[in-house]
Amino acid sequence: MHIALEILIVVLLITGGLFALAGAIGLLSLPDFYTRLHAPTKATTLGVGGIVFSSMIFFSFGDKSLEVEEILIMMFLFLTAPISANMLAKAAMHLKVGRMEDTKGHPWEQ
Amino acid sequence: MKALNGRFGLPHPMLSVTLFLIWQALSNGISGGSIVLGLILAWLLPLFTRNFWPNNPAIRRPFRFLTYIVRVLWDIVVASISVALLVLNPTRKPRPAFVAFPLELEHPLAISTLAGTISLTPGTVSADISDDNTLLLIHVLDMEDEADLVETIKKHYERPLREIFK
Repeated sequence: MHIALEILIVVLLITGGLFALAGAIGLLSLPDFYTRLHAPTKATTLGVGGIVFSSMIFFSFGDKSLEVEEILIMMFLFLTAPISANMLAKAAMHLKVGRMEDTKGHPWEQ
Repeated sequence: MKALNGRFGLPHPMLSVTLFLIWQALSNGISGGSIVLGLILAWLLPLFTRNFWPNNPAIRRPFRFLTYIVRVLWDIVVASISVALLVLNPTRKPRPAFVAFPLELEHPLAISTLAGTISLTPGTVSADISDDNTLLLIHVLDMEDEADLVETIKKHYERPLREIFK
């Protein structure tokens, strides 16, 4: 494998890992449920994206055959992540989970 | 003929094509077997799930949709970096907010695409939709200006979606 490709793969893996780490730190450190909701569903999008993309390059050039399953992983992730985030937010609003005092606006009563 | 097509035909051609392509990608290499099975699945699955799709989703401009995906991917990268910086910087506190976003879209599929896009771009989660489908409740992690945010979403996502779905 060409050295430039290897560098690209390494860079993608490291950025992916860093974003996943940022997501985990956010889950720990953010103050209330709604803000914590952002960290894992978001930073992981790019985190998993980077790792999956580097895997795609590695196996496509390593085995000399185009790998596309990874695109499906991304696709299913992108289809399901917003829905689970939406369900969590709805459940939190229904249970009237406490939120940061300086939150602007307010959830609906439905 | 039309009744026959209604019962045994392809109620959603786009869905069939998508299913066929996904099956080819899943089956690790295109072969005779994967094509046959892909065709069968692309025919049967839309037929069996027809009742869940009461009105046809209509995509008018498929190529416009591709540029939309590229723009969303780019926004995800930019917004991911800003959210990561916010999370990793202990001195900065987030300024969370609930924003009621006035919807101009009417097609249910267009609205759910917009809601999904908003949830995918870091920093915003679509939390709920009003009963009459005119307001979308969004939770924002770090909001500077409400009018600014609404205008950005309208410009980046809602207007392209209005052109794609009709």
